Amino acid sequence: MARLNETSMRIANDILGRYPVRKSALIPLLHLAQEQDGWVSEEAMAHIAELIGITPAEVLGTCSFYEMFKRSPVGEYRINICHGISCHLVGAEDLIEHAEHTLGVRAGSITDDGKISFEGVECIAACTEAPCLQVNYRYRNNVTTDDFDELVEGIRNGSVAVPPHGTLAATRQLIPEDKAAGNAMVDDPTPPAWWPAPQPEEGSANG
Amino acid sequence: MVEKIVTRRFDNLNAHEIAEYEASGGYQALRAMLTRTPAEIHDEVRNASLLGRGGAGFPAGVKWGFCPPGVWPRYLVVNGDESEPGTYKDRQLLERDPHQIIEGCLIACYAVGLTQCFLYIRGEMAHAQERVAQALNEAYAAGYVGKNILGTDFSVDIVLHWGAGAYIVGEETALIESLEGNRGMPRLKPPFFPAAVGLYGQPTIVNNVETLANLPWIIERGADDFTAMGAENSKGTRVFAVSGHVNNPGVFEVEFGVTTFRDIIEGSDYAGGVRNGKKLKAFIPGGASAIWFFEEHLDLPLEKVAVDQAGSMLGSGAIVVMDEDTDMVRACHNIVRFFARESCGKCTPCREGTTWLERILSRIIAGHGRPSDLSLLTEVCENISPGMAWPPRMTTICPLGPSAVSPIASVIDRYRNEFDSYITLSDRSVIEVSAAGMNA
Amino acid sequence: MSDATETTDEIETDEVEEVEAPAPDPGVEITVNGQSLHATPGRMLIDACEDAGVYIPRFCYHPRMTPVGMCRMCLVEVDTGRGPALQPSCMLTVSPGMTVETESDATKKAQDGVLELLLINHPLDCPVCDKGGECPLQDQTMSYGPGESRFVEEKRHFEKPIPISENVYLDRERCILCDRCTRFAKEVAGDPLIHFIERGNNTEVNTFPDDPFASHFSGNTVQICPVGALTAKPYRFKARPWDLIEIESTYPNAMGDRVTVQASRNEILRYQGVDSDAVNWGWLADRDRFSFEATMANTRLGDPLVRGNALGSPDPDGSELVSTTWSAALGQAAEALAAARAAGGPTSIGVIGGARLTNESQYAWAKLAKGIIGTDNVDAQLGDGIPADVVAAMPRATIDQACAPGGTVVLISGDPKEELGTLYLRLRHACENDDVTLIELTPNETGLSRHATQSMRVLPGELGVVADAIVSGQPGADIGLSTNGDLATAHAAVTAAENLTVIVGRTSLAEHAALTVEAINAFARIDGVRFLSALRRGNVHGAIDLGLAPGLLPGRTALASARNWFGDAWQTLPLDTGLDTAGMLQAAATGRIDVLVLLGSDPLRDFADPELARAALAGAGTVIAVDCFINDSIAVGADIVLPAAAFGETAGSHTNLESRITPIRPLVTPPGTARADWMIAAELAFRMGEDLGFESVEAITDEIASVSALHGAATAQAIDQAHDGIIADGAAIAQAPQFVWTDLGAPESAIPVDSYSYRLVIDRTMYDSGTQTAACQSLAPLAADGAVRLNPGDAGRLGVVDGVTVRISSKRASVEGPVIVDERISRGVAAIAHNHPGLDARSLVDREQTITDVRVETL
Ligand SMILES: Cc1cc2nc3c(=O)[nH]c(=O)nc-3n(C[C@H](O)[C@H](O)[C@H](O)COP(=O)(O)O)c2cc1C
Ligand code: SF4
Ligand code: FES
Repeated sequence: MARLNETSMRIANDILGRYPVRKSALIPLLHLAQEQDGWVSEEAMAHIAELIGITPAEVLGTCSFYEMFKRSPVGEYRINICHGISCHLVGAEDLIEHAEHTLGVRAGSITDDGKISFEGVECIAACTEAPCLQVNYRYRNNVTTDDFDELVEGIRNGSVAVPPHGTLAATRQLIPEDKAAGNAMVDDPTPPAWWPAPQPEEGSANG
Repeated sequence: MVEKIVTRRFDNLNAHEIAEYEASGGYQALRAMLTRTPAEIHDEVRNASLLGRGGAGFPAGVKWGFCPPGVWPRYLVVNGDESEPGTYKDRQLLERDPHQIIEGCLIACYAVGLTQCFLYIRGEMAHAQERVAQALNEAYAAGYVGKNILGTDFSVDIVLHWGAGAYIVGEETALIESLEGNRGMPRLKPPFFPAAVGLYGQPTIVNNVETLANLPWIIERGADDFTAMGAENSKGTRVFAVSGHVNNPGVFEVEFGVTTFRDIIEGSDYAGGVRNGKKLKAFIPGGASAIWFFEEHLDLPLEKVAVDQAGSMLGSGAIVVMDEDTDMVRACHNIVRFFARESCGKCTPCREGTTWLERILSRIIAGHGRPSDLSLLTEVCENISPGMAWPPRMTTICPLGPSAVSPIASVIDRYRNEFDSYITLSDRSVIEVSAAGMNA
Repeated sequence: MSDATETTDEIETDEVEEVEAPAPDPGVEITVNGQSLHATPGRMLIDACEDAGVYIPRFCYHPRMTPVGMCRMCLVEVDTGRGPALQPSCMLTVSPGMTVETESDATKKAQDGVLELLLINHPLDCPVCDKGGECPLQDQTMSYGPGESRFVEEKRHFEKPIPISENVYLDRERCILCDRCTRFAKEVAGDPLIHFIERGNNTEVNTFPDDPFASHFSGNTVQICPVGALTAKPYRFKARPWDLIEIESTYPNAMGDRVTVQASRNEILRYQGVDSDAVNWGWLADRDRFSFEATMANTRLGDPLVRGNALGSPDPDGSELVSTTWSAALGQAAEALAAARAAGGPTSIGVIGGARLTNESQYAWAKLAKGIIGTDNVDAQLGDGIPADVVAAMPRATIDQACAPGGTVVLISGDPKEELGTLYLRLRHACENDDVTLIELTPNETGLSRHATQSMRVLPGELGVVADAIVSGQPGADIGLSTNGDLATAHAAVTAAENLTVIVGRTSLAEHAALTVEAINAFARIDGVRFLSALRRGNVHGAIDLGLAPGLLPGRTALASARNWFGDAWQTLPLDTGLDTAGMLQAAATGRIDVLVLLGSDPLRDFADPELARAALAGAGTVIAVDCFINDSIAVGADIVLPAAAFGETAGSHTNLESRITPIRPLVTPPGTARADWMIAAELAFRMGEDLGFESVEAITDEIASVSALHGAATAQAIDQAHDGIIADGAAIAQAPQFVWTDLGAPESAIPVDSYSYRLVIDRTMYDSGTQTAACQSLAPLAADGAVRLNPGDAGRLGVVDGVTVRISSKRASVEGPVIVDERISRGVAAIAHNHPGLDARSLVDREQTITDVRVETL
């Protein structure tokens, strides 16, 4: 797996330009690398370190802190079954057990065909729709065991319309150049244009 | 029927589109605001006594006033990291009415002089990301966001930022660390609150999504209309997600102080009572961090002060209902496991203590509990959160560690019999052997 | 600069110091355990309590790094008016009226709790742990901890110690995640190559895969690790702390880093940095920290050697060096000296070296050479420094003055990160935390470039013009790589600076020292400017101050001006100003010098012209070497070798680059019969029928204080007792030497500019093949093979990549070596580090020229 390719680099430069301090782009860039390869490789981390001007160890430090970044290949479809308290109360554990049966692997591992990996995850903020799960971060609500089997079936026969693991948002934010207000740079102490001129007492506070 | 504020467009399934939003009065607050001074807008919000909806319940207008005068630039960071178990409101607001959040951001930026806004949305919420990105693209195109908004001097960029899966990042200083590209480990405060020293060391306002969602309404209708709703100390409305063993789990916006827990859990307009005709055993009033409530708390009003005085908190607006069949040890373990997995690892008591609690509980559940485990659990809890009460007397930087103590503090005395029965039935020999092994 | 201005400067300095003297400050009143006390405003509670004798346990807090409040061990009950609450005392500054309980039940309970939690995953392997016996975790557990662990679950497991760098091992099971090493790497060293990885209970410290913690300062993490998680390879399993004896001393590098020397059974096993406010803040560079291996090396000389035959018998014409007795060796040496003096006069004797020596030994040798033999041919620098009279005349800054908040520093030297490790750390801190404006005038990027306000690339040969342009604000014709904009900014910065320090050393051995002097002359025109010498060789500043330089007598006294006065103290004085190292080598090669003394020097390796050095060794009648090791020059040319005691074995004092005099103390005995350098001088004098007049180190120290106005305050007793040493105050000298460098004219015009022509820079790295580093088994492998470093653009034009062999030729010679592509190198520069195996660039250099232009060609 690899450094960011040309397409990714175009997006990366756009992302980098949105922050007053380059390192702020680190998490979005790691997502971008994961979108490109399905996971975050060492080469990608080293490349991102170069882009930001930090050490690869610092990139790894951030990358490994966050649940979503996978540093080894995962299934093309990751099913996250919520086992947060609300889902727990209405049968999340049963659903997980069922998933283990259906897929023939333990939670946390990948199916033999490399297609699906699944795990129990903490609350995914769909508590009133419990039990729930996500396929590559796309929700399925009130999931029954039958629903689950259908989902797996759909993944296997290609009828589930979910982008492969890593693809975060199908829609990206675009800031048109002529509309951009520009980054508020840390070392630019000018008050905002719409801010009323300072009161005399504020201005004379030179002491 | 109570007037809705932040969920008022939820009936319209196309409210996320700019045309629908505009058609239903959207961006009128922005236009109205631009004819007034930032100070006037700030006063309006201050007078509305809008409490933060992220958990701590601090008045937004007061927090805005903490920015040291004359220090620029200032930033706005929107806390859309919603990850507290049981909580499901910010995602709905983001997905179903994203322009309302954008308009809220613009109001905050204008009033406080915040020149760039970062909308930090939990990474797992792909759909919310898409909806917000779409809305932002529309808003930029329409001239509501960016340079010289609606032809005025007011310019601000709103940058959509992705989280990547870490509950602790919801804590505001960890959120800032994360936005700076770091591990999401909280900073100690005081001495520095983000409003004084935040993102990149600059004054930074961190507000919750729901907090900001209230702003367009407040500007449109005025502080007086807002304070006319709610209770003495909690004005306006609040969105609650009721989940767990109820007939009709859902997200409800209710007026503060008027509705009681009984109303929202049992009322037919709301969650419709415990499902399958079962009895209520316990409920969590404000997200996984909160101390649990029982039967006797049902008639408390949904209002900050009353709930605080009863020893818990409204927190993130998550009510989780447990019926009489609920295994309290497992439910307790479930929440402790959450905090153990989500500890950032900075403070010793949280890093080591929450994991230890989790391991004791899972050992008990696995049938290897020992009679001494209950006092051990209590003592480890005491190490993390002396007194085991809420608000916690902390040995840690942030309240995540003490939060793991809440479920144990809630049930260990009241449902001691359930723990005991696990332990009585347990096969202690297994652990005796491994304990001997450890000491060797 | 006139004497008058200099005197005014010094008076001003004094005034500043007086203002800074702590006025009786009422401080902040706080109550600790019922006792009220005054704390310095802004002080951390944990420090304020410690000042008052109340120690609060801690693991993560380190006074030299930003507090993080992670370990929670320092929790105490604090009441600031809102009722008592547990607070980390490491993150709380004292405030008036604060009430603190460090012994209350709540405090004790919280601390016990933290300790228990830290121990649940900590292995109980104290008996085999290097830290056992000096481990705060172990100590806390003994004094506060719970007796028995209630943790019956399995402990966290990691693969046993992993090497995170060449010399540092990390045992993650022992790590308590205090963030000290990682903070050090990022905040202090600026090498964030170790980091927290993973989250929560799985957090560990680690490097990026295959990207080791290759920091010149990695050893400091071992010293500050509060448990035994980080261990140093050179020390691992060598000793138990309770077997160690120790003494506080001064490491003899140019910074004079304060250290503790630790030994067991007459073997030095460890150096630890001492937190000296004025100097090294507790830090050491790895090269120095681990250099005790050299002292203990079995290649150390233990007995005198003379030329002999293959059978081991002395024979003046023999090709071997064979052991002999002190009396035979000293006799032979004294005879040679006496004979040379009688035959060719005092000037037929020359002494090269002396920077390794203590101040006292330097004085003894200066007295022997100048005051007894009568030769001024004495030079402790090997042509790679700055003329001693210039150094002696510069108004000096202290490190603290240079690093004071808000000051301005101009850096004209080799890369401090490579050459003067702890000075680099101090400067880095000053730039990062204390708003010091750094203007860098170097041919290539240095370790400080990222922290510089202005990092200006100055090609060799252009230093004088650029310095002049900055000072005058008038750009000259040729200002090299700099742009006018840079110059204007720099001009504004240096002229407006209230506190301006110029740090000056040699940026390249391939550039004539005259250019450095031109730059010094230029900056000296600015009122109030102070200089900090970046000469890097051991106690070279002591050598200059004690007269191991041509034209100088002890006390920065010019030979010419102090004749009468010194004549009283010493029995004789040289008639004329003597030769520097180059001059001596030249003289020896042509038979004008008969006896050459190598006082801890190796001209074959260190002098810029190895051919001349070789000719000198061959040409001299007798070469006497005083050294700890056999170096190249000794092997090739010494007739008599006198083994010297090394650091750790001798007493005396040291002078650092800011003229701070601090004590050097012995802890072990030298190998064999090796002895202190001053004793060797005294013996030689004795055998020449003379008397140096002292029999102990203290006597020498006191004699120095009595003859040298500069050292007036530095009596043996004063040095021993002063906390941060004694600054040899230049203001005390009645007649400061003047310096002028005769203008060398414009640099030789460059060879035609095409993609093959480059300007040569010979610089230095921390690890090279120097005798000391080579004698340390842990450090020797760190000296990389020689290579020519080129800018990526230039490499591209040449069509070469890393590792490709190229030919580098000057008018004088031609050498071959591999290329390293390095973006820190300026365009048009070919940089070759001095003294690395496989590529010696010195023969390319024509010392008469100001610069050396070379052609780089593919083979
Ligand atoms: C462990 C922890 C997690 C939190 N998570 C969230 C969260 O997901 N969303 C949120 O808005 N606030 C969260 N908070 C509260 C924030 O720290 C902060 O108080 C809030 O974002 C401020 O916004 P408000 O004043 O508008 O409520 C959390 C706090 C803690 C201690
Ligand atoms: S309490 Fe836990 S989550 Fe909060 S800062 Fe400390 S270790 Fe991190
Ligand atoms: S020393 Fe204060 S928290 Fe570690």
